[in-house]
Amino acid sequence: MRWLIGGAVALAGGMVARRLFGGAGRGSDHWQRGQARPRGPRWHVATVNRPASDVAPGGQFPEPLAGLGDAVEVQVRPAAGDRGTEIAVRLRDGARLPVAAARRATSRDPEQAIRAALRESKQLIETSEVLHPDYPPTTESTPLNKPLQMATRQGRREGRL
Amino acid sequence: MKALVWEGANELAVRQVPDPQIRNEQDAIVRVRRTVTCGSDLHLLGGYVPFMERGDVLGHEFLGDIVEVGPQVRNHKVGDRVVVCSFISCGKCWYCQQQQFSLCDNGNTNPMITENVWGSAPGGCYGYSHALGGFAGSHAEYIRVPYADQGAFTVPDAVSDERALFASDSAPTGWMGADLAGVKPGDVVAVWGAGAVGQMAARASVLLGADRVIVIDRLDNRLEMAQTHLGVETLNYEQQDIGAELLERSGGRGPDVCIEAVGMESHSGGPQLWYDQIKQQLRIESDRPVAAREAIYNCRKGGSVFVLGVFAGMVDKFPLGALMNKGLTLRGAQQHGQRYIPMLLERMARGELVTEHLATHTMPLDEAPRGYEMFKQKIDGCVRAVFQPTS
Ligand SMILES: NC(=O)c1ccc[n+]([C@@H]2O[C@H](COP(=O)([O-])OP(=O)(O)OC[C@H]3O[C@@H](n4cnc5c(N)ncnc54)[C@H](O)[C@@H]3O)[C@@H](O)[C@H]2O)c1
Ligand SMILES: [Zn+2]
Ligand SMILES: [Zn+2]
Repeated sequence: MRWLIGGAVALAGGMVARRLFGGAGRGSDHWQRGQARPRGPRWHVATVNRPASDVAPGGQFPEPLAGLGDAVEVQVRPAAGDRGTEIAVRLRDGARLPVAAARRATSRDPEQAIRAALRESKQLIETSEVLHPDYPPTTESTPLNKPLQMATRQGRREGRL
Repeated sequence: MKALVWEGANELAVRQVPDPQIRNEQDAIVRVRRTVTCGSDLHLLGGYVPFMERGDVLGHEFLGDIVEVGPQVRNHKVGDRVVVCSFISCGKCWYCQQQQFSLCDNGNTNPMITENVWGSAPGGCYGYSHALGGFAGSHAEYIRVPYADQGAFTVPDAVSDERALFASDSAPTGWMGADLAGVKPGDVVAVWGAGAVGQMAARASVLLGADRVIVIDRLDNRLEMAQTHLGVETLNYEQQDIGAELLERSGGRGPDVCIEAVGMESHSGGPQLWYDQIKQQLRIESDRPVAAREAIYNCRKGGSVFVLGVFAGMVDKFPLGALMNKGLTLRGAQQHGQRYIPMLLERMARGELVTEHLATHTMPLDEAPRGYEMFKQKIDGCVRAVFQPTS
């Protein structure tokens, strides 16, 4: 267990470090081996448990998604089986995110900003707020904590979305 | 405020930490009356789940009084005596609407870790490591409760603190095991583990109409407790042949439903324990699934096995052959408490579901490290240690 998940933390931490210090490759968040790495930007898709009319009322997406501006393509379609609405987001080839949106990422990787924007928009549409972690924290920084703290700082920016 | 914090593997301390604050409009702050140890904490305590940070507050099964509410809290007001579900769920996402609350899409502020490790992220949980959101736990004077309208339930006056406490986690967990395993009148049900979770699964099976319910453990005090308070049969796996007894007690068929309420630190008498312990030490296997193996082996053809015990990673010698060839159904879940808690509180009020016998040791929060030691080592017949942070 310690080995297995410790490995996952180290991996997550390493991945974060790579992103922080440049040279992040797209698709490197798929730590499972044997997965082909897509070449161009990929679609990030989330299903929101609401009808399409609630996803972009008056054509307006929630701020986190709207803030990505023209740098991304967004597709909205009903999810099969009454599961709500699928929102798919993809970076346009060669596009750069607006400065404010890029700040959501902790690295120069725009995919981080897209993931965070998609997760936050889903929460806003479904629950009308974005759930925050507890504050102030009760934890201390120690050398042992470091990789985990670096990894959790990416809580919504990384993962498989 | 005062809280019990994790300082490192097998190191606990009571110390001062910052008070919790309302962070979202649907939050409430609860002043904790009672909070209790759970078998799940032992996995964190021992360092089996390496997503803990020094200073994390433990505890997820609790009851208390609401002292502050965010502007969007509708169903609760200051002064309500509430029991709170250990899992944090929004009530609005597709999973919550399917009543699979522990799978909530929005309750975990940190989905990255579990998405990478398990493929997708379950909801959040209090005091259960940064993999489940890093929320501060309940072994403290105060706790923040996100989505308070979804997760906090007003306790009826007829139900005492002592009884209602267990509606937070162990009772709904046990009920879910019996319910989702499909226990129905006439069934023979076997439950591995006579901790609070196993006992609650056994009692739920009785109330759902099972013909015979058999609880398996090696701790005689727990088995006696199950006989006295739950009206079930018991087996001691150190003294009896479990396979033979289960066949005899089920007309040679095997139990219709087998519920595993032991988890990844499962014990066994024979060479199996050394095998699993050595592999765990060598990091070749992360969890010890002794009781899960037995449940699958002993279940009748076409029967149902439910895993309530917490597992975190990989297991070895998993009897997939028995599972497949006997046509079994295997399920597991973290508890969907919001689905069961109102019904459980009603049953508690009617006296159908008693839980206070589980609280074998009650003490102030200052003594919590001693309480965990007793609970972990099962000293002095400890089934659960209950802490009273604010009395
Ligand atoms: N699914 C959920 O949502 C959920 C909720 C709460 C707890 N849990 C899990 O349920 C499990 C039990 O929790 P608890 O609080 O009752 O713990 P506990 O430690 O008090 O009880 C576990 C019991 O299992 C017994 N046991 C050990 N090895 C055994 C074996 N091979 N066969 C039969 N019995 C054996 C022990 O003697 C002990 O009595 C833990 O893994 C915990 O993490 C799950
Ligand atoms: Zn628990
Ligand atoms: Zn939800």
